[in-house]
Amino acid sequence: MNKRISIEEALNLVKDGDTLMVGGFLAVGTPEALIDGLVEKGVKDLTLICNDTGFPEKGVGKMVVAKQFKKIIASHVGTNRETGRQMNEGETEVVLVPQGTLAEQIRAAGFGLGGVLTPTGMGTEVEKGKEIIEVQGKKYLLEEPLSADVAIIYATMADEKGNLVFHGSTRNFNTLMAAAAKTTIVLADKVVPVGALNPNSVIVPAVFIDYIVEGGANG
Amino acid sequence: MDKQQMQEFIARRVAKELHDGDVVNLGIGLPTLVANFVPEGISVDFQSENGFIGLGPAPAEDQVDLCISNAGGQPVTICEGGVFFDSAISFGIIRGGHVSATVLGALQVDEKGNIANYMIPGKMVPGMGGAMDLLIGAKKVIVAMEHTVKGNHKLLKECNLPLTAPAAVDLIVTEMGVIEVTPEGFKLIEINPEYTVEDVQAATEATLIIADDLKDMQ
Repeated sequence: MNKRISIEEALNLVKDGDTLMVGGFLAVGTPEALIDGLVEKGVKDLTLICNDTGFPEKGVGKMVVAKQFKKIIASHVGTNRETGRQMNEGETEVVLVPQGTLAEQIRAAGFGLGGVLTPTGMGTEVEKGKEIIEVQGKKYLLEEPLSADVAIIYATMADEKGNLVFHGSTRNFNTLMAAAAKTTIVLADKVVPVGALNPNSVIVPAVFIDYIVEGGANG
Repeated sequence: MDKQQMQEFIARRVAKELHDGDVVNLGIGLPTLVANFVPEGISVDFQSENGFIGLGPAPAEDQVDLCISNAGGQPVTICEGGVFFDSAISFGIIRGGHVSATVLGALQVDEKGNIANYMIPGKMVPGMGGAMDLLIGAKKVIVAMEHTVKGNHKLLKECNLPLTAPAAVDLIVTEMGVIEVTPEGFKLIEINPEYTVEDVQAATEATLIIADDLKDMQ
C-alpha cells in the first residue's frame, strides 16, 4: 500500500467545515508546508484543535490571520494577537483548555476511551458545565474525548509505511493527534524505505498514519 | 533596587528552595531567572512542558537547532542525560506528582493559597497553557513576583480574578520578603532588611502573621 501523496492531494483532503487537528507547540513541530497550502487554498469554516495558535507569521497562526476558523480549541492563544482580536470581537469562538487536559482528550479519542478524569481545572471556570466524579475519595472532572476529521502532523522522518521518528521537542501533540482523526496526514522532512528505521526508535507506529507527504523543513 | 536587580534578588532567593535531584518547572519571565542561581553543589533538572527534561541554556547563534525550544518557543539546549517526550508524558509527569517544584508568576494570590495568573476578563485572555496542570500536580508551588503592581495589592484576602487553581500556593517570594501560606493565612518568615514589617503589611491586603523567628532575606 502506497501512502505517499503529493502536497496538492493532501490539501484536497481538508474540506470546508472540517474539524482539523494541527500538531506543534508554538509552531515547533508544525507541518508548515501544509499550513501554507491550506492558507493558499482558502478552505474555511474549520474547527481547529491545536495546543496554541502560533504566531501571525508562523505555524497555524497564519490560518488564524486568514480567518479560516469558526472555532478554536487551544490551551494558549497569547502569542497571536489576531486570535485575541477575533475572540474579543466575537468573530471566532475560542475554547481554552488546560494543556494536559487537551493532550488527554486527544489521546482518549485516539485510544478508544470515553474520556478522562482529571483534577486539573477543579475550582476554576474550567469545571463549569462538566460532570464531577468522585473516585477513591478524590474529585475529578470528566473531560470528553476530542476527535477530528483530519489531523495534519509533522515528523522528522517517516518510512514508506508511515512509522515516524522525531528530533528534539517536535513530538508534542503530533504523537497523540496521529491516532485521533479519521484521516491523518504526516508531513515528514524525509521519507525512507521500509526497513531503514530501527523498530526500537520508532515513536509513532504506522498503523495511525493514512498519508505521507515528503518535504518542508520544520521551523 | 532597579527592576532587574529586584528580579535577580527574588530569583536568587527562590533558588535556595531547590534541592539536589529536584525536577523543576520554571514559568516564563522572572521565574526563568531562577536557573541562573542554582546553589553550588546541587544538581537540578529543569522540565519543559513542551516535551523534555534537561532544559539547558540558550545556544550560541551558530548552534541553534530550531527543533529544540522551550515552552516559550525560544531556542534552547538539552543537557546530558536529558530526554524528549510528547505532551501526554510531559503532563503525566506534571499532573502525576513527579515534578518537585514549580515556580510561577501571579496576578493575585490570596491567604488561602488561591492563585489567579491566567486572565483578566475583557483585557487579557491568553489562556492557561500548562499552568493549571502545574499548580495541581507539582509537589511544591512557589510564586515569584513583585510584591505589588503599580502600587496595587497582589497579596489579597480573596482573589477577584478567575482562579488558575484553588489552594495551590505553598510559598511566595517577593522583593520585600518570603511568605508561607499556612492554614491560618500568610506568614512572613523572612524580610528584606531594606523594609520594615509595617512596610510589608502596608503592601499586603491580607493580614500577615509574623514568624517568631523572622529572619533577614538574603
